[in-house]
Amino acid sequence: MDVKPSSEQQQLIEAFADLYDDLATPHAVQAAEPLGHLPTLWRRLLDTGVLEMAVPETHGGYGASLLDLALVAEQHGRHVAPAPLVEAQVAARLLVRLDATATPTDLMADILAGNRLVTIAVRPATDGVAGLVPAAAIADDAIVLAGDSLLLVSLDGRRTKVDNLGSMPLADVTIGDDAAVLATGQDAIDAFSYAIDEWRVLTAAALSGIASKSLEIGVAYVKERTAFGRKLGSFQGIAHRLADRACEVDGAELLAREAAWAFEADPARAPELAAMALGFATETARDTTYFALHFHGGYGFMLEYPIQLYFRRARAWGAVLESAARSYQRVAELRTTAEAGAA
Amino acid sequence: MDFRLDEKAELLRKETSEFLDEVLTEEMLEGCHRSGTNHDPVFAKALSEKGWLALSWPVELGGKGRDPLEMLGYSEEMQRRNAPTYAMGTTMTVAHIVAELGTPEQKQEIVPRALRGEILIALGFTEPENGSDAAAAATKAVRTGDGWTINGSKMFTTNAHIADYVFMLARTNTEAPKHRGLTTFVVPLKQPGVEVQAVHTLSGERTNITYYKDVFVSDAYRIGEVDGGWQVMAAAFESEHSAAFIGEQYRLVNAFAKWAHETGGFDDGAVKSRIGKSETEIEVSTLLQRRAVCAAADGEDAHGLGSMSKLFSTERLEQQANQTIELVGPDSLRAWGDPTTLQGGTIEHMVRNAKGTTIYAGTSEIQRNIIAQHVLGLPRPY
Repeated sequence: MDVKPSSEQQQLIEAFADLYDDLATPHAVQAAEPLGHLPTLWRRLLDTGVLEMAVPETHGGYGASLLDLALVAEQHGRHVAPAPLVEAQVAARLLVRLDATATPTDLMADILAGNRLVTIAVRPATDGVAGLVPAAAIADDAIVLAGDSLLLVSLDGRRTKVDNLGSMPLADVTIGDDAAVLATGQDAIDAFSYAIDEWRVLTAAALSGIASKSLEIGVAYVKERTAFGRKLGSFQGIAHRLADRACEVDGAELLAREAAWAFEADPARAPELAAMALGFATETARDTTYFALHFHGGYGFMLEYPIQLYFRRARAWGAVLESAARSYQRVAELRTTAEAGAA
Repeated sequence: MDFRLDEKAELLRKETSEFLDEVLTEEMLEGCHRSGTNHDPVFAKALSEKGWLALSWPVELGGKGRDPLEMLGYSEEMQRRNAPTYAMGTTMTVAHIVAELGTPEQKQEIVPRALRGEILIALGFTEPENGSDAAAAATKAVRTGDGWTINGSKMFTTNAHIADYVFMLARTNTEAPKHRGLTTFVVPLKQPGVEVQAVHTLSGERTNITYYKDVFVSDAYRIGEVDGGWQVMAAAFESEHSAAFIGEQYRLVNAFAKWAHETGGFDDGAVKSRIGKSETEIEVSTLLQRRAVCAAADGEDAHGLGSMSKLFSTERLEQQANQTIELVGPDSLRAWGDPTTLQGGTIEHMVRNAKGTTIYAGTSEIQRNIIAQHVLGLPRPY
């Protein structure tokens, strides 16, 4: 048992922390609103190999573990980075897992070269429309599950950009007759479900990054700010709420990492841990940003202060798929199925 | 990173589970519940015969030298099954202090008998007038010839009614600052001047208030330096702070899920969500506890990490208990022991039991102070 990153993993964390520190400053994040896309950042992430990391050597990548991707996603969250990292990685991995002959020629090469951005609709389409598809406002294609067909939908002319709480590049997508069929039947449903579990884990990691950075911002503020002749942080009404958040923030990080680790080390538990991780990270990011902002007083309510960037994304990044309550229901359902299977 | 306990720890967990299958009976658990005393002599004897009372102690002190991860496998399983280990736990904690700090005579008197399960030792830190502020202890020990005369009282001396000794923190110097005027003693309880009165609690657990009137103990019962009791205590408290309450959460959610499946309550989204959330909180509690244990094993300062594990697990347990009875509805009121109770009374009893967990072994407020200062680096909170 070792719950700390290895020295290689620590290097990975630091390399991405530096990259994001450089390009995803609070000022740059705010300047990229309301669309929520920072092309210079995304270009740099592509050049650094974030998509090659996500796909195996057989497909032109270098096959990093989901845990390594989660460590990068944590840094992404810590900087509330406006770039389609998680969606693009999950979509690329899904394309790899699907029968390669079903996907258009050279698609993966185009994706890895950054010439074509493919995202994924995290919820299945209903009545021919996929709602609030992450990154669909900026991507070229989206993978969409419609009924039992997994489709590759070209987004040009088929998307309606949606301004939203989290300043994410979301769009509603209408599926046309020209969508390419990637897979059908149970295979399509299973492949989609696996991809969404990966999305849950990476989003949980990103939300844990939002929570952990927000706690740091809140703590730094109450160490500096004085009221009634005392540092804010010396009042129990403040310190104790931050202490509660500290437990949750560390718990969310450990749980997201455990869930990512389980995809390779303990696959039977991976779906359950993925749902646990997303539910817990969603609540933790929500509560941590709530208190971190609140302890700024009126300054927290000003757009000028970075904490509001975290507050809004904490409520949006996971919610495009499901609420924490729904993640927890999935945990209970998976547990029940597992126990019925064992009995 | 690797989130599994290692093979040795899993093996010991399995052995522990098999041992409990063989030894721990429903009657024992019910007996402990009825008497309010978390101790069963038959179970204790079996545990000592197995040689498991000092599993983690070094072999040269009479233990089995099991490492911290193995101890996690062991204690997670013991907690999960609600095994009555509390009295033996306090006994072995004190015996370990004696084995490390005691004189040869003290070691001779306490350690082998503790290892054989022949004696029990209760803790005597808290007093009627001070709880969290243990260093404010007012019970006095005054030099008398070759020993000490003790006067005062100790609160929540759990198991004092069945114990042979109390590990006491007493004031030996009223001039020094409060932390520097305390001394620890292992005081024999079966002697004139000691009075043990029952104190009954919300969970049904019986604890005690103990009175000491001109109780004489020879200097041979002093542990550590005169006025050096606070340092001795720090070692004893350290393990208490890292305890997570996972077994309670586990038993509650199992009872709740069983109820939900039997009654159709599982179809209610709020019930289903609460079950999944409880399972998630068990996972997080386990991770926080394991992290604290690993850090301590690696020689890192794990004080704040232990507090995080204790605080999170107990506060969430209370929320789970409160929300579970709301979701189960009126029938959840049927008490443990009543023939009409649900799921063996686990749910009703946990509402009572959970409340204690955020109080004893360092209240949530104390844990939050520790975390604020030692983990977040905030100023000392007021």
